[in-house]
Amino acid sequence: MYKIIASRMIVPNMHILTIEAPVIARQVQAGQFIILRAEEEGERIPLSVSDWDRARGTITTIFMNIGSTTSRLSQLASGSFIPTVVGPLGNASEIEHFGTVLLIGGCYGIGSLYPVARAMKEKGNRVLVVIEARSSYLFFWEDRYRVLVDKLLHITRDGSKGLKGHIGRIPEILTALDEPVHRVLINGCTFCLKRGSDATRELGIKTVVDLNPIMIDGTGMCGVCRVSVGGMTKFACVQGPEFDGHEVDWAELAQRRKSYMAEEVIPLRTSKCEEHAHQSEEVS
Amino acid sequence: MTEKKVLDLIRREMPKQPPEVRKFNFNEVAFGYSEELAVEEAKRCIQCKKAHCVQNCPVEIDIPAFIQCVADRNFAEGIRIIKQKNCLPAICGRVCPQEDQCEKVCTLVKKEGQLAIGRIERFLADWEARQGHVDMPEIPEWTGKKVAVIGGGPAGLTVAGDLILRGHKVTIFEALHKLGGVLVYGIPEFRLPKAIVNREVDYLKSLGVEVYTDFVVGKTQTMDSLLEEYDAAFVGSGAGLPWFMEIPGENLNGVYSANEYLTRLNLMKGYLFPTYHTPIKAHKRVAVVGGGNVAMDCARSALRLGAESRIVYRRSREELPARMEEIENAEEEGVIFDFLTLPLRYNGDASGWVKEMIVQKMELGEPDASGRRRPVPIEGSEVAVPVDAVVCAIGNSPNPLIGSTTPGLLLGKKGNIEADEETGKTSRDKIWAGGDVVTGAATVILAMGAGRKAANSIHEYLMGGDGE
Ligand SMILES: Cc1cc2nc3c(=O)[nH]c(=O)nc-3n(C[C@H](O)[C@H](O)[C@H](O)COP(=O)(O)OP(=O)(O)OC[C@H]3O[C@@H](n4cnc5c(N)ncnc54)[C@H](O)[C@@H]3O)c2cc1C
Ligand SMILES: Cc1cc2nc3c(=O)[nH]c(=O)nc-3n(C[C@H](O)[C@H](O)[C@H](O)COP(=O)(O)OP(=O)(O)OC[C@H]3O[C@@H](n4cnc5c(N)ncnc54)[C@H](O)[C@@H]3O)c2cc1C
Ligand code: SF4
Ligand code: SF4
Ligand code: FES
Repeated sequence: MYKIIASRMIVPNMHILTIEAPVIARQVQAGQFIILRAEEEGERIPLSVSDWDRARGTITTIFMNIGSTTSRLSQLASGSFIPTVVGPLGNASEIEHFGTVLLIGGCYGIGSLYPVARAMKEKGNRVLVVIEARSSYLFFWEDRYRVLVDKLLHITRDGSKGLKGHIGRIPEILTALDEPVHRVLINGCTFCLKRGSDATRELGIKTVVDLNPIMIDGTGMCGVCRVSVGGMTKFACVQGPEFDGHEVDWAELAQRRKSYMAEEVIPLRTSKCEEHAHQSEEVS
Repeated sequence: MTEKKVLDLIRREMPKQPPEVRKFNFNEVAFGYSEELAVEEAKRCIQCKKAHCVQNCPVEIDIPAFIQCVADRNFAEGIRIIKQKNCLPAICGRVCPQEDQCEKVCTLVKKEGQLAIGRIERFLADWEARQGHVDMPEIPEWTGKKVAVIGGGPAGLTVAGDLILRGHKVTIFEALHKLGGVLVYGIPEFRLPKAIVNREVDYLKSLGVEVYTDFVVGKTQTMDSLLEEYDAAFVGSGAGLPWFMEIPGENLNGVYSANEYLTRLNLMKGYLFPTYHTPIKAHKRVAVVGGGNVAMDCARSALRLGAESRIVYRRSREELPARMEEIENAEEEGVIFDFLTLPLRYNGDASGWVKEMIVQKMELGEPDASGRRRPVPIEGSEVAVPVDAVVCAIGNSPNPLIGSTTPGLLLGKKGNIEADEETGKTSRDKIWAGGDVVTGAATVILAMGAGRKAANSIHEYLMGGDGE
């Protein structure tokens, strides 16, 4: 069992969760993720590690409340326990001295991008960060970024802060920068990853994306996380989650992520009355 | 020996759920012998002086001895004899391919009346569970040695059980949230109830085996860092990497690996969705590609979820590698078999879901290296089969996570860990390996046999090594 150290809503519908997991905290690197279950009957879902404290043995994730597991997670009180936290999974971000890097984070990606920004900075890169949201009240961790990075820019759908629009405005940002960017890295929803990659393709800037297909085990056992990259099938949990955004088959990824759309709403609409009857079938 | 008796050559059948009932539920298919049936069957054993059956049991259970106990109704002694050699009798009695192991060489096989050894073994294990009391063996004083076991499948469980009984401290590291390996994520409930696996796992825990689930060796910690803390390690990480055919359309929605399909159902209990939250689709027409035990399990699971279910296999019925019992069960339940059929590609609908498979008919040609007649495609025989799900059950190889993060660990061509057949020793000091990770996908009892040999070798090493 893993103890919840802290849990709260950070901006509407976005939650921050700190879990006691000393072995993971000791190993985890920027770009890696965990898989957790919120309850014994629960699904295994992947979440990026957005921060950690090696000394205290804790890891932090930021997640959007969109379905049955995340909604259950969002209701956990500090001091409660969840049955599964496994990791760190996936490969660490490729962190080198690239020169100038542009890091783009949308929704939960604002959180999961943070350790990457930190590691890029530690390697001596000039680090520019663009964060993107529907409106300015959905931004978080701005203070943390401000003290860490060389430049922090904003895009909002409603224009309440920074540029108005969405990630499609990246080319304008790049042009306005009047400095060369050697690498772009994007964290966030599939739409954000795809549009961002489309935007940098013509500019010929290497663009790395953190893919988020459906996963179960996270160890290369089930194959549900397969994505096509450069015409080859890859298992994102062990061969990713970072891939070259210009090589990803986005249409396939978007389709595969929708596989369980119809079913995912069922637990949200189900009363718990029958549960006891079923649980007695599970002798453990 | 007693006076010569007339040979009774009629194997006692095990009562089962009728096919028309069981194809709609996930309860165990076979009920197991009653006491009467078990005793009757046991009495058929002629107690051979030179018992071939024992030689063909990879863990060398004293078969005639436990059978005699059952014939004498001394069930407590019978199970005690089995447990001297086999810590998972309820599991082996159910899923061992007995027809290729102990029963294959039973003296009575010549007259087609080979003793139902597995069924009697299962009866004894279930009998013991019903008594509600399990005899606890004595645990010797701690030797001061610690062993890490990687993987909680049958190989790892065997090593853990053997070494704890010799006084070593044992810790199992398992990637998933439950122990059991394929026994919990692969083999379906209707063939091996998970309560039975849990029972055996609990028994090991009660002996003092320490368990870390949610621990992926190679990620959470490397082998080398574990070896700073442990005196020896056994790798039994199985063959969990699924193969695909690499044909067009395999990444469409609705195309699964057998591992995904079975994991959703068994480990995550998808058949109890939405009480358990992991979804599994209610498909209408499912095609399972392959012909082994895994394929049978997938096809029979699909049937139970309400689908029309078919096996698509490129050779003929004679070459099916699955156990005969499971093939017959599948046939009785109404699984359709498309023999001599090879999938070429899958076509999807507008939203990316598989809607049909294009297959080619085959005919059998000359025997190939495996001695089986090679299937050759018949030109112009392509047809479209409408499906809304495909399960690819064509095989697995070992997961590379441990191999790729353990320097100096010698691997074979297919990513399997190279280990000595007699001792399980690998190319690395202090590391042993066994089970599917060494042999590629095989059987529960062979994995256990390999675990047994490795445990012996580890014990020898630990006791001799440090000049104690
Ligand atoms: C490597 C990786 C890192 C991720 N990091 C984060 C993160 O830091 N913060 C965050 O908010 N989200 C993250 N996600 C996405 C997150 O896993 C999904 O939002 C979550 O699984 C939804 O679960 P649910 O039960 O609440 O919703 P559900 O009701 O199960 O699903 C809603 C939708 O989410 C998607 N989804 C469902 N199950 C999975 C699954 N097991 N894996 C991936 N997607 C799924 C599907 O499109 C589904 O239709 C990450 C995904 C991956 C693969
Ligand atoms: C669907 C199906 C049906 C089958 N039916 C039969 C049958 O009827 N009869 C029969 O005899 N055999 C059957 N088999 C084969 C049999 O189950 C296997 O041969 C046997 O389980 C192998 O045992 P193992 O201990 O080597 O590996 P596994 O059972 O595969 O266990 C390996 C364990 O190691 C864990 N692991 C992997 N990597 C790591 C890591 N890096 N760190 C920590 N843990 C890790 C895995 O999660 C797993 O729990 C079947 C197999 C399948 C898939
Ligand atoms: S363990 Fe398997 S091979 Fe050995 S006696 Fe039992 S059924 Fe036969
Ligand atoms: S070979 Fe058959 S008949 Fe002979 S002892 Fe073994 S089980 Fe009994
Ligand atoms: S999540 Fe199962 S193989 Fe990647």
